[in-house]
Amino acid sequence: MKRILLVLAVLGILFIPMVGNNYIIRLTTIMMLYCVLALSWNFIGGLAGYPSFATAAFFGLGAYTGAVSQGQGMPMYLAWILGALVAAGFATGLGLAILRLRGHYFAIASLVVADVLREIVNSTTKLTGGGMGFNLPILRLGVDAQARLFYYLMFVLAMLTIMTAAYVNRHRLGFGLRCIKQNENAANMIGIHTTIYKTAAFTLSAVFVGWAGAFYASWVNYIEPGDVFDVLFSVKPIVMVLLGRAGTISGPIIGAIAFLFLEEMVWRNILTFHAGVLGLIVVALIFYLPDGLLALDFRRLLGWRRSP
Amino acid sequence: MRAILQLQGVTRQFGGLMALNDISFDLQPGEIVGLIGPNGAGKTTLVNLVTAVYGLTKGKIIFDGQRIDGWKPHEISRIGIARTFQIVQPFPKMTVLENVAAGALFAAGAKSIEAAKERALEHLQFVGLADFADAPASALTLADRKRLELAKSLAMNPKLLLLDEVNAGLNNVEIKPALDLIRRLVERGITILLIEHLMKVVLAVCSRVIVLHHGQMICEGTPSEVVRDPQVIEAYLGLRFARRGQRKSGHE
Repeated sequence: MKRILLVLAVLGILFIPMVGNNYIIRLTTIMMLYCVLALSWNFIGGLAGYPSFATAAFFGLGAYTGAVSQGQGMPMYLAWILGALVAAGFATGLGLAILRLRGHYFAIASLVVADVLREIVNSTTKLTGGGMGFNLPILRLGVDAQARLFYYLMFVLAMLTIMTAAYVNRHRLGFGLRCIKQNENAANMIGIHTTIYKTAAFTLSAVFVGWAGAFYASWVNYIEPGDVFDVLFSVKPIVMVLLGRAGTISGPIIGAIAFLFLEEMVWRNILTFHAGVLGLIVVALIFYLPDGLLALDFRRLLGWRRSP
Repeated sequence: MRAILQLQGVTRQFGGLMALNDISFDLQPGEIVGLIGPNGAGKTTLVNLVTAVYGLTKGKIIFDGQRIDGWKPHEISRIGIARTFQIVQPFPKMTVLENVAAGALFAAGAKSIEAAKERALEHLQFVGLADFADAPASALTLADRKRLELAKSLAMNPKLLLLDEVNAGLNNVEIKPALDLIRRLVERGITILLIEHLMKVVLAVCSRVIVLHHGQMICEGTPSEVVRDPQVIEAYLGLRFARRGQRKSGHE
């Protein structure tokens, strides 16, 4: 049953560009981007229990690496890979430095990273265009074709992220990270090399985000520091994961979809105060559903099964 | 026979406090040695030094012919030293089986999670927790959590097991099976350093006892020698009782 639903969902997503208009295509591309961000955060935040606010840093770094290297004449496809690799390498180094901090201290340390990178981009005007932003080479493609290209690219990236997450979840790394989340000292005592495990999780939380950032830069053609290093890129994935369920695969995906749905509904209907209303809804959901949407017994809610 | 664990002049200072001062002793393979002393004597600190939770201020620790002071905790766990914690440290949201499997996977080098779970089940049977394999670790009683802690350490396939008050907080009924368990561990050939407050347990299972007091090693010998040692009596009961004990043994 679960498998059939999964296959249907994947087929449905593949089918959308053939029937949907550009609004639907754009929205679904963003949905898949959100899935990538949420599943990535889940490696470090959901599995290892380290509340990282560095997602925006990885996203912006990937975006600027992709953009600048294309500006220097690198082919687009290679520039995307480079964006992913630079973000991952940066996360490895950063992780070795700040993953020794725990709890709030780690959160604060990871929060400032995006701001530091933004200031660096702002001040290296010659290379990055600084606060003026950066124009990417225009693709020689029609608007519709371009929307569909990035739709499918984002689909591939989302699939890659899901498969990696599923693999990690079921194997040694995921098991070790769950041990670290519950009791790091005990995890160390039973032979887990906690530094390496945490750094691996942090790197995994960056590689797909950097990749998505590079896609994003090519997709929107113009990026600026305030846009790609936006703190909301750090906060939204956390909300999505908590909305779904932390530490699982389906949780972040469901959370990402639910979050996008809420965001879009609120934004359409309450334009002037949408951020405030969205915030209130998120607070209410996390307050009343601390274990996420997955903890709900939908069959009971729909009356298919009597309450036990 | 070569000693499995050697401590040579092991010293640890915390600021101005001398937690352990110049401790030296050997453990022979297959031995079960008691480590006793009043509260604050440095017993748990000693375990923490051997398992690399803290570093040494001075001295050497040699395990199986290898110097291990300065190693990292995860390295220590992989060469065959396991410990239990005085305050139990389970992974609360995992099942009992997963808790034990973690030890088999990461310290004893099981090939896969499945293989680790198979081995874990054997260890659960050994300590008598197999019925609770699928229960969350947080649902166990204290006595069972102590047994879980033991199973987890056993899954690490240790040559040396440091048991830090595995019997503390157990009542009289729970003590006997716990004692049997320790004896069966020794039959398996595991060397044990037993930190224990209950003299009954120490006298029943240990072949040798080491006594710590204020970070010093004040006595070492067979259990019956140790309980008659005036310094030990003084440490536990005060000077008056030590003198009285000496007078009594003089009359006999």
